[in-house]
Amino acid sequence: MNTYSPDTVVPGAGARVQEASEIVASNLNKTYGAGPFAKTVIKDCSFTIESNKLTVMIGPSGCGKSTLIQLIAGFESADSGQLTMNGEPIVGPGKDRLVLFQESALFPWMTTYDNIMYGPRARGEGLKEAAEQAEFLLAKVGLEAFRDKYPTQLSGGMQRRAELARAMINKPEVMILDEPFRGLDNMSKELMWEYYATLYEEDRNTNFFVTTDIDEAIFLADRLLIMTNLPTSTRTVIDIDIPRPRKIEDLVHNPRANEIKKEVMTLLHEEAMKSFSGGSKAAADFLDAYSKRAG
Amino acid sequence: MKQGRFIGKLFSRATLRGLFAIAVFILIWEVGARSEQWLGFRMPYLGLIPPPTDVAASWAGLIGDPSYWQSWYMSFLRVFGGFLAAMAIGIPLGLFMAVNKTFYGIYFPTFEIMRPIPPLAWVPASIIFWPTQELSIAFVTFLGAFYTIVINVLGGARSINKQYLQAAQSMGASQWDIFRRIVLPATLPSIVVGSAVGMGITWEVVVAAEMISGGGSSGGGAGGGLGFFIWSSYVGGSYEQIIVGMISIGIAGYFSSELLRQLGGFFTPWLKTR
Repeated sequence: MNTYSPDTVVPGAGARVQEASEIVASNLNKTYGAGPFAKTVIKDCSFTIESNKLTVMIGPSGCGKSTLIQLIAGFESADSGQLTMNGEPIVGPGKDRLVLFQESALFPWMTTYDNIMYGPRARGEGLKEAAEQAEFLLAKVGLEAFRDKYPTQLSGGMQRRAELARAMINKPEVMILDEPFRGLDNMSKELMWEYYATLYEEDRNTNFFVTTDIDEAIFLADRLLIMTNLPTSTRTVIDIDIPRPRKIEDLVHNPRANEIKKEVMTLLHEEAMKSFSGGSKAAADFLDAYSKRAG
Repeated sequence: MKQGRFIGKLFSRATLRGLFAIAVFILIWEVGARSEQWLGFRMPYLGLIPPPTDVAASWAGLIGDPSYWQSWYMSFLRVFGGFLAAMAIGIPLGLFMAVNKTFYGIYFPTFEIMRPIPPLAWVPASIIFWPTQELSIAFVTFLGAFYTIVINVLGGARSINKQYLQAAQSMGASQWDIFRRIVLPATLPSIVVGSAVGMGITWEVVVAAEMISGGGSSGGGAGGGLGFFIWSSYVGGSYEQIIVGMISIGIAGYFSSELLRQLGGFFTPWLKTR
């Protein structure tokens, strides 16, 4: 395991002074259903989302990552274990922890501008200031020309940017992103990585990003949590010590990036194999033999 | 510019196709109805009905007759009265059933047992139940739209994408705000669909109710509505007028649906962008 600490982040090094906002999960358990239908999704899962860092969680698809997000966001609660933010237990949803969902959750009946303004309007606070902020964010995500368009009139990448703006206007302490760039084509995806990384580097808020894409994980992360197959727990934590700002080429040319990528691939492959074989020894043996021949 | 576009639309291919189809339909009808004198034999079915030219002549005579327009007016009044009542009660009821599990549990079984009862089966009971004929017709009309609206609103409000609700919650929205700005607009398309379907049923029901009940309070003639207009034409042996009445209902139904479509489009502008 790598213990190198990334480019020492001074809180407030960015545009805005951030208070510490750390989320700690310890020994979380979550089982759905009961009796013969019971399915344990999360088992003895512990990890820390460190303050003012971009923590990426990667794991085989179908492991309990989305469930963990439901817990952290406060939409559901764990069966046992502790989940705290800044030492306080998380009991319900709140605007200090904003979630960007897998598929676009922009409200289809609102224009881009109204979508961005939803949070401040719903809370009825600082509307004048929020309106200015909305203009600023529209410009920042490059959607001024699309302010009066409905979500269906935007491309996939624009929708994701509009959603980022909608989240950022609420100034959340922690931003939670659940595979936000899934389904975008490769080019838009890489552009979104660069774009999102720039946004992050500007104010270094606490970000928690869930993905199944290794390149995405390495390109974005300060800290990388690698999860096990179902039931989910933390397998390893890797600090990604590639200096920022990073470039897409780094994924190919940077030797450190390649080293990390190999390590992550090996770990994830093991986990994915468990998932694929679904406990069948024969299937696991087959996969193992196959991977040796192919490798 | 605007006028040019309007004329362009008026003579667009789709419009011309529609007009052509109507013309062919009328032509076949005319030839069929006059087959005995024109072709020397009576075409089955078509040979028994009055030809469109006679219908048109009969219609021309009715255009100046206030009692004919009174029939329109009465049917419209009943349709919109029943329909608006169905919306006013059905939409909140559907929404409430969707958001409140307890109420859903209490009311839905009763609702589902009542729903399959055809509105027309209610006619005798409602004549007994309501003090005036007018109210019983309006009530049956109301039932025609009511169930469809409730079922659509309920279905629409229950199938809202969970992520919309969670997104709103995590941005700190109150329950009331979520209802007003998420649940309601998300359900609007279903409300529009339910209303459009309900409106169609309303016209079906009002005509039958008018026929059965003898045209409402005025007891016939002037106050009877289009359904009674057809019935009394039949009883009086004026077959042309039966068809005038039928076409009148078709036109009235078309305008009602078009009105709803326009209103629906006005309230759900985001759907046009799909």
